[in-house]
Amino acid sequence: MTTLPLTEFENTAPLSKPPSSTDIFFDKAFRGLTYTFTLATILLLGYIVFEIGGKALPAFSDYGIGFLTSTTWDVNAGQFGILPEIWGTLYSSILALIIGGFFGITIAIFLTQDFLPYNVEMVLKTIIELLAAIPSVVYGLWGIFCLIPLIRPLADFLNETLGFIPFFSTSLSGPGLLPAALVLAIMILPTVAAVSQDALRSIPHKTKEAAFGMGTTRWEAILRVMLPTASTGIFGALVLGFGRALGETMALAMLVGNSNQISLSLFSPANTLAALLALNFPEAGELETPVLMYAACVLLLITLVVNIAGSLIMASTSSGVKR
Amino acid sequence: MRIRTIAQCLICLFAAALFAAPAMAEIRIVGSGASFPAPIYTTWFKQFSRADKNVQINYQSKGSGAGIRDFQNAVVDFAASDAAMTDEEIAKVDRGVQLLPMTAGEVVLAYNLKGVPELKLPRDIYPAIFLGKVKKWNDPKIAAANPGVTLPDEDITVVTRADSSGTTFVFTKHLSAISPEFKNGPGFGKTVNWPSDANLVKGPKNDGVTALIRQTPGAIGYIEYGFARMAKLAMASLQNKDGHYVAPGLEGGQAALANAEIPENMIVWLSDPSGKDSYPIATYTWMLFYKKYDDPKKAEALRNMVVYCLDEGQKIADKAGYIPLPANVIEKVRKASQNIQ
Repeated sequence: MTTLPLTEFENTAPLSKPPSSTDIFFDKAFRGLTYTFTLATILLLGYIVFEIGGKALPAFSDYGIGFLTSTTWDVNAGQFGILPEIWGTLYSSILALIIGGFFGITIAIFLTQDFLPYNVEMVLKTIIELLAAIPSVVYGLWGIFCLIPLIRPLADFLNETLGFIPFFSTSLSGPGLLPAALVLAIMILPTVAAVSQDALRSIPHKTKEAAFGMGTTRWEAILRVMLPTASTGIFGALVLGFGRALGETMALAMLVGNSNQISLSLFSPANTLAALLALNFPEAGELETPVLMYAACVLLLITLVVNIAGSLIMASTSSGVKR
Repeated sequence: MRIRTIAQCLICLFAAALFAAPAMAEIRIVGSGASFPAPIYTTWFKQFSRADKNVQINYQSKGSGAGIRDFQNAVVDFAASDAAMTDEEIAKVDRGVQLLPMTAGEVVLAYNLKGVPELKLPRDIYPAIFLGKVKKWNDPKIAAANPGVTLPDEDITVVTRADSSGTTFVFTKHLSAISPEFKNGPGFGKTVNWPSDANLVKGPKNDGVTALIRQTPGAIGYIEYGFARMAKLAMASLQNKDGHYVAPGLEGGQAALANAEIPENMIVWLSDPSGKDSYPIATYTWMLFYKKYDDPKKAEALRNMVVYCLDEGQKIADKAGYIPLPANVIEKVRKASQNIQ
């Protein structure tokens, strides 16, 4: 067997060549850099937890678990409890998630499923994303000056006619859970809508065509095929939105009423952990600082639990899709 | 050619900046603290810096508590506080503390009731409102004090401060002085444990409370006089120690100040001033200085600043919604300012 002449290849430039030493160097340097930054992020988080936890330590030993279950916040008497704040944080965020989530996903469907010409879609998408650029304080002021007067007649009507239902049992005195949750819902709307849109857009076009090919109607295709396929991404959007709602501070401090009470009523004033921290920290004395740090730890823990639970659910649903 | 001219101009400007910068302010003074007198303080400091180009004052309105903390940690040259300083706090400062009352203000009860431009509140009623005991605007006791006024059958929405505040301190100190029930209940302090009630809401800062009162029909809340005047809110006349109803304003405030003697340490509380013309909730607000400064020039600048605020500053106090200090107090403060060395 004769060997093939290689001469004809000798004059052409090779299609691929082994990486040069510079390439290797840059590759390694870049990899090192990414590792460093990843590590730095983790270390930073660890440091924050360490710092807050360290400052909260005196409060941990003084108040223990009772801090989470008692309802008084009295600096003069040295009594501290954050149950109303935990309740208010979760209640307002869940309400916001229900409202904002519903509208966010609806908008995402409307903007991605060929209901509108492409140009109009893009304009609407930009407008919704602009909502995220409005500062929190502006939302708070808008809530006080526009939203509360707007919902007051409805709230009074509901309280008078359906006052026996716990959700409407008190009258709306101005700031309260409902205005706070509505503003929160608007604030998380861009996040939910944008991430859900990405999820819906990333479904290959063939999937929908196949659904139509099977004889589905447009809505059957959207509800039975598109939404379940994008469900992981949409769920991620909801978790992100919930996280944002939990930590939102200034708008809530202005709208929620900051009153330490636990009530099912949507019109009752309430308080949230983030608002408590923001309003009390600047002037906190030696007695109060550890307690506030303790409250910060609780907020951190709630956010962490929400994120972990979200990731776990997402992981289990996406593995289900693969199977 | 043109480029060269521009370059020359730039060089000239740069040189000018280099020489001008140090000449602009030789002494920089940093202060922080109370937000209650912040509007008038910043006006004073701006005018003082204009009059004396060598001194530049930077005041940060953070709140009384934060001001005292900064002062104790020696990160500022002076501080301001509505709640003065306690003896324990003073003891922690090695360099000595000189408190000087610089202006005075009133805390008013602003309310939002359609068709009721004037309202009189007896002294047993307004503590009860803030305790959540009087819940309706047409309560017989309020009606009795306001003959001829039609009070609506509306719930009272009480608005208080959500954050820690010198205004709350002054207001609750007054309530504790006139109502034993309030004293044994919430008590007094920069934050107190207000009763939990569906009709009690809290807003952040003076502006937050002001906005809530403006937007909520049937609301009543306590704010600083200047804020209420700026927002054109209706303010209640309060019954004073001698049983007279006095509306907030310059005269009532000055009458209240005139009836209090200032002691050596310059701390005096007008928790319930006597005199028939006295408005019941008035207070001094203090600037906090060290007695000893490392830099004699800085101490001199601070003394000048105090004198400027006493002589020129008091003239604009009324316009800004504060009460000018009485003449005898000005003399006392002037003398005490010599302790800043």
